[in-house]
Amino acid sequence: METRVPILKIKDFLIVPIQVDLDDNSASRLQHDILIRTEQTGARGVIIDISVLDMVDSYLGRLLGDTAQMAQLMDAHVVLTGMQPQVALTLVELGLKLDNIFTALDMESGLELLETLLQN
Amino acid sequence: MERTRNILIENEHDIVLCRRASREMARELGFNLVDQTRITTTASELARNIFEYANHGEVILESVTDENGIIGLKLIFQDNGPGIEDTDLALGEGWTSHRGMGLGLPGSKKLMDDFTIESTKGVGTTVTVIKWQK
Repeated sequence: METRVPILKIKDFLIVPIQVDLDDNSASRLQHDILIRTEQTGARGVIIDISVLDMVDSYLGRLLGDTAQMAQLMDAHVVLTGMQPQVALTLVELGLKLDNIFTALDMESGLELLETLLQN
Repeated sequence: MERTRNILIENEHDIVLCRRASREMARELGFNLVDQTRITTTASELARNIFEYANHGEVILESVTDENGIIGLKLIFQDNGPGIEDTDLALGEGWTSHRGMGLGLPGSKKLMDDFTIESTKGVGTTVTVIKWQK
């Protein structure tokens, strides 16, 4: 039943394209996998792309925010890319605050953001 | 089109099935993309509450029409779990007796048009929400 999300390494970055609606166990597994791969590869940045997700609820939202905070402690920035407008609208209405996470419109601007963050 | 649909909540994957069914029904009823997302998110939050607090329960999706002919989607979440002692308190943001941020109930109330909760300690909880088409 559990879905594994692929984690791809490109240069100093990990790319995590979430392509399917994840159940809570799979989402929690993904958080664990991202942190392990960050440690193994010494990645300095992680892009989590959610452009195909048509919903982010409080559980997944909180988990993504926590993942960013955890990765930050391991010296890696996390950028969430591709959030659909109606998903952003619903998350704010729901009352979820994603304070700790960088966001970008798409993967390309996410990569640019990571490069800028690492230059500074 | 089906007028009602029942989904049993018995494991974490059923939460996924519940939001998928809600999305399908909202789309079939002609809700716009934003309202489809509000409905799906509410379905996910409240189905998870059933699983977290009661282990199992049932979600009923039902298309409804008001006296002016406005179409709505009603979702009923019922369980025979421990119940909530103080529903007003549970509707306050940040209240949680479990993992999670306590956004499920107050968040769902904000996302939907109608929201009612009936809960009896030791008997169970029923949350009923409706989204009307604008």
